[in-house]
Amino acid sequence: MLRYVVRRLLQLVVVILVLSLLLFAWLRSLPGGPVSALLGERATEESRRALTAQLGLDQPIFVQYFRFLGRALSGDFGNSTGVAPGSTAMEVFSQRFPATIELSVLAIIIAVLLGIPLGYLAARRRGGWFDNLSVIGSLIGVAVPVFFLAFLLKYLFAVQLGWLPSAGRQTSGIDATRVTGFFVLDGIMTQEWDAALDALLHLILPAMALATIPFAVIFRITRAAVLDVLDEDYVRTAESKGLTTPVVRRRHVLRNAMLPVVTTIGLQTGALLAGAVLTERVFGYPGVGEALAIGFERRDYPVLQLLIIIAAMVYVLVNLLVDVSYALIDPRIRTR
Amino acid sequence: MALLEVRDLTVSFHRRGEPVFTAVDGVSFEVEPGQTVGLVGESGCGKSVTSLAIMGLLPKRGAKVSGSVTFEGTELLRLSDRDMRDRRGRDLGMVFQDPLSSLNPVISIGLQVTEVLERHRGMPRKQAMAEATDLLNKVGIPDPTRRLSEYPHQLSGGMRQRALIAMALACRPRLLIADEPTTALDVTIQAQILALLKELVRDTGTALIMITHDLGVVAGLCDQVNVLYGGRIVERAQRHELFVEPRHPYTHGLLASIPRLDAARGQKLVPIPGSVADNIPWDHACAFAPRCANALDVCRGQTPAEEWHEGRLLRCHNPVEPAADAAAKEDLRV
Ligand SMILES: Nc1ncnc2c1ncn2[C@@H]1O[C@H](COP(=O)(O)OP(=O)(O)OP(=O)(O)O)[C@@H](O)[C@H]1O
Ligand code: SF4
Ligand SMILES: [Mg+2]
Repeated sequence: MLRYVVRRLLQLVVVILVLSLLLFAWLRSLPGGPVSALLGERATEESRRALTAQLGLDQPIFVQYFRFLGRALSGDFGNSTGVAPGSTAMEVFSQRFPATIELSVLAIIIAVLLGIPLGYLAARRRGGWFDNLSVIGSLIGVAVPVFFLAFLLKYLFAVQLGWLPSAGRQTSGIDATRVTGFFVLDGIMTQEWDAALDALLHLILPAMALATIPFAVIFRITRAAVLDVLDEDYVRTAESKGLTTPVVRRRHVLRNAMLPVVTTIGLQTGALLAGAVLTERVFGYPGVGEALAIGFERRDYPVLQLLIIIAAMVYVLVNLLVDVSYALIDPRIRTR
Repeated sequence: MALLEVRDLTVSFHRRGEPVFTAVDGVSFEVEPGQTVGLVGESGCGKSVTSLAIMGLLPKRGAKVSGSVTFEGTELLRLSDRDMRDRRGRDLGMVFQDPLSSLNPVISIGLQVTEVLERHRGMPRKQAMAEATDLLNKVGIPDPTRRLSEYPHQLSGGMRQRALIAMALACRPRLLIADEPTTALDVTIQAQILALLKELVRDTGTALIMITHDLGVVAGLCDQVNVLYGGRIVERAQRHELFVEPRHPYTHGLLASIPRLDAARGQKLVPIPGSVADNIPWDHACAFAPRCANALDVCRGQTPAEEWHEGRLLRCHNPVEPAADAAAKEDLRV
């Protein structure tokens, strides 16, 4: 197991190197660039050239890449040119990363806490009204574009009803102490309950929008997996032993049904970033997703490079975590 | 009083978009305490459905069960789900055909044995573990302590079936149902498992319903044999009588198709022509008629009734005459 993890981590290094090169080249092949974004269309040719040189963009691309790589290895990913000029890319990342983690974790918790029990229930009542209704619901959940849903939620619950805040992470004027950068967690740690609650309220709508697709997918996979397992011989064996229903369900049905579900949760967590870009943009939520969106608009190469590389690393690590937990559930893999 | 009394058991499957299918059709038989009773017949004749109906393990939706199954005087078919759960694994145990798929792949053998001890004998985990070690020993699994911490995929087929037998017998049930427990195993292992079952039921006084399509299995094990065809019992006799003098043409055909070690060289096996697919419905006919060498005109016009012939039950208009098998009687010592 340990050797496997180490091997996967080494693979990760190679993947990241290749990805960084491709990413570097791809970004520079996009139309426009940081100079036009910073100076606007009407800047003089002279000032453009000066800025290009200042940013090092006049150098051949390989020189640029190796310069980037050399600095990156010492932790310097350059200065932001568009998202937050004046800050380093690393600062942009470290300010925004906790926000996105907070949002994603809440979204996944919602998706898992609703998806697994509902999927299980639908399978137990296969063909009943609850099953039919929730299958249709999950189909809609996958089909509705995230940004549309985000707009809808924001319009309904924030703008029209005014129940929940419509943007940001914290109401301005709340004087919260920062410890970790996770606002809810900070509020709890410092026992500033009003700040914690306020941060949580800001999270609810974007988290719901972000949770929709993972929820729908987890629901469907759970339902299908439970249906498969219910037909298995070992469930009949468990019943033939007269075990109580809760034991049959937890130990024999759910545990086996969780195998495909764990993989799904991992894949959905990895895919969350795509949804986060749209959701954070709609809710003006200052996370990595919003930074990516703004970064693209303003061609902020350093920020985009750092954020996308980290996103890829997170994706690979989440999948590694999935594999490890899969092995923990399934002895056929663990004891191979 | 019989330990188990099955009366007129009928199971039909009602599935949307399919015609109603009666898999078991008025089956009646009894099992005395400690007795081993065989349920024999070709694939699809309703053996498993019968046993699942007795255990209360048929799907709740789609399967309609009628008739009566009394166990020590209690009607099982009318028991609540909870009361039936209390009995399964404690009073009645079951062993299934495929040991690999019948074991939960993700939990240890130990837990799969102890969970039934905890459930019915209220043992704390530690005591249950000790008991489980004992049980594995009894069913002939070497190094039981190590095996308890292993998972099904780490055991051989024979070991898995032994473990399943240990689970089924853990609470010393009065009745064990074994549904083709050796079909999925290698030939040499089959013999070992049968010997084990035989020894266990003898030592513990457990009654056994042995389900098989293999008359060879019956020969070594059963006191009494029920032969099923198309969901009905067509012949019931004591083992010796059945083997020496099969009266129903179907039983006769089954026996003739067993390969025998002492068969004269060149003597051909006589398989029953056709297959279950040729069955005709039982109403107003004998389902076996299209395949039967003894068939008469009446066989296609009238359902044969269950009747007693000299101490055995027969459902046939034209049974095989005992004399016809006088020669076979000579060399068959079972
Ligand atoms: N859940 C079910 N739904 C519909 N039909 C079923 C179901 N279970 C069994 N049957 C049908 O009932 C008939 C009897 O099946 P059963 O499993 O009892 O046969 P069997 O005698 O055990 O044969 P085998 O030797 O193949 O195990 C078969 O035709 C089967 O297709
Ligand atoms: S009733 Fe007729 S067809 Fe059926 S087994 Fe007897 S002889 Fe054959
Ligand atoms: Mg069967």
